[in-house]
Amino acid sequence: MNPVETIRMAFKAIWANKVRSFLTMLGVIIGVMSVTVLMGIGQGTTSSVTDSIASMGTNMLTVNIQTRRVGFGGPSMNRNSRSSGAKGTVILKLSDVLSLKDNEYIQYVSPTVSGSLTVKAGNMNTTASVTGVLPDYASIVNTELSAGRYIMDADVTNRSAVCIVGQELATDLFGNTNVVGNTMHVDGRKFRIVGVLDEENSSLIMPFTLAQRMLESTSITTFYVSATDSTTVGRAEAAVSSFLYKKYQNDSTYTIMNQEAILETMEEMIGTLTLMLGGIAGISLLVGGIGIMNIMLVSVTERTREIGIRKAIGAKRRNILLQFLIESVVLSGMGGVMGLILGYVVMAAFEKYLGMPVSASVGVAQLALGFSMFVGVVFGLYPANKASKLKPIDALHYS
Amino acid sequence: MIIMQGIRKEYRMGENVVAALDGVDIHIKPHEFVSVIGPSGSGKSTLMNIIGCLDTADEGIYRFDGLDITDYTEDELATIRGRKIGFVFQQFNLLPKLTAQENVELPLIYQGMSAGKRHKRSREVLDRVGLLDRMHHKPTELSGGPQQRVAIARALAGNPSLILADEPTGNLDSKTGADVMRLFHELHEAGNTIVLITHDAQIAAQTPRAIHIHDGRVLEPMDESEVVI
Repeated sequence: MNPVETIRMAFKAIWANKVRSFLTMLGVIIGVMSVTVLMGIGQGTTSSVTDSIASMGTNMLTVNIQTRRVGFGGPSMNRNSRSSGAKGTVILKLSDVLSLKDNEYIQYVSPTVSGSLTVKAGNMNTTASVTGVLPDYASIVNTELSAGRYIMDADVTNRSAVCIVGQELATDLFGNTNVVGNTMHVDGRKFRIVGVLDEENSSLIMPFTLAQRMLESTSITTFYVSATDSTTVGRAEAAVSSFLYKKYQNDSTYTIMNQEAILETMEEMIGTLTLMLGGIAGISLLVGGIGIMNIMLVSVTERTREIGIRKAIGAKRRNILLQFLIESVVLSGMGGVMGLILGYVVMAAFEKYLGMPVSASVGVAQLALGFSMFVGVVFGLYPANKASKLKPIDALHYS
Repeated sequence: MIIMQGIRKEYRMGENVVAALDGVDIHIKPHEFVSVIGPSGSGKSTLMNIIGCLDTADEGIYRFDGLDITDYTEDELATIRGRKIGFVFQQFNLLPKLTAQENVELPLIYQGMSAGKRHKRSREVLDRVGLLDRMHHKPTELSGGPQQRVAIARALAGNPSLILADEPTGNLDSKTGADVMRLFHELHEAGNTIVLITHDAQIAAQTPRAIHIHDGRVLEPMDESEVVI
């Protein structure tokens, strides 16, 4: 028997019970739609995060130092070590960090210190995320300015009260972004704005030395290093590592992350989250499958006589099995297609009206469709088998 | 065409075992038009199920069209039903969602016939029963007589060796019943082998030969000279 005929029969049977078929499909439609949308959002977020990390350049190393007392909490070997910091906190000073610049593979170095401070201009009041940096920082993270200048060496040395503001902060305080030369108060101290970032955010950048004082931070806990080019990142990392090991005499006090590692960590995190969301959506697809099985079982009972007639005029077990199985697969497959279309519509709406980064991938579409068909096969098998096993005389005399 | 020897079929009713057929011997030659007559409960429906390969006997030998089908599997029986037997039921048993033509084509689909050949064949047989002009009607749009004629067209479609009719006039008024009987006679004259199951002596009287069945046994002994293997 021709498979095309079987598929035609399946469509006919589905069309004959339009409302019921649609309600049955609804489970699969919702399941596939949520899988597509959630995976799309997950992938969209991944690529937007990846892009922003990649835009900082691949030469960058991020160093974090855990501030704790070596000698109390650290390994016992430190107690007897010759290290000067054995009795107390090892303080990482600006000059220590800057000495890294002597290394031939290291081009830029900048420590950072950050926190939140209140800013005030006229009668406008808001909170800004403050970062204290060295001039090198601009080159390390590829900062672009829309106006003015960046922090300069002299600003750092003199602890000049100058700052660079993000466009959102400028608009919040002054109503426009044309603010170079304006003054404002940060935590009560008067600052002059010397530059505006080419970014829509509320960040405020000031000289490292001044920020350290204002945020009451003594030791450097974070600094960024930029290798001369992407091929020397490994050697630069080794240099930073040996420098820090000399300083702290153990390697659990600090972490050095290169961009790739950061990227990996982020991708892993978002990937796990996406998988989890997809899994939850997958459960709804499974529930849709159970709905299909339920309806197919009802349909087999209802159509017992039809099965009897078909068997009497020559249908084999295989023909009946295939007929019901294909019906179930067509139901779930159609649900899958509709769910996919709906999912794309929802994603487009999310992107347009909520500005969410979404990415509609062919892989996810294939996965969702494939899984919905698979659900149709799995949950159609039992009812179809039940139908095929009916004895022709019993089925014929069923009323 | 049909040779049955010592066919026995039992049903279990709780503790009791009831023999619906108790050693039935039947011989039917090709091109015969035979009726099987008996009151309800005589075992004629069981006999019809076995003749039609819808069920198998517990004991005895059944040869159909030269094939010993006693030990055939369910799927092999399905093939025999599809290719060699055309059923006509009292309840017509047409599929309500399909048109007359689609109903007639159904056995041909299971035979694997191509769409083009099927359409041609279904037109031929619908023409044969005089319903060519109503081939796109659904069964619910036809009255009893035409419905039964669609069913007969379906039985004829596969060019079967045997037409097996179970009370074909049972649900029809006497006039349309007579029409259907006339159609059977025409088919018989055209060379078809027909077995007609009935409880109605008047219907049975219209066939050249009648096999009487009572309490699971054939009443009239067979004339051995009629046997053709």
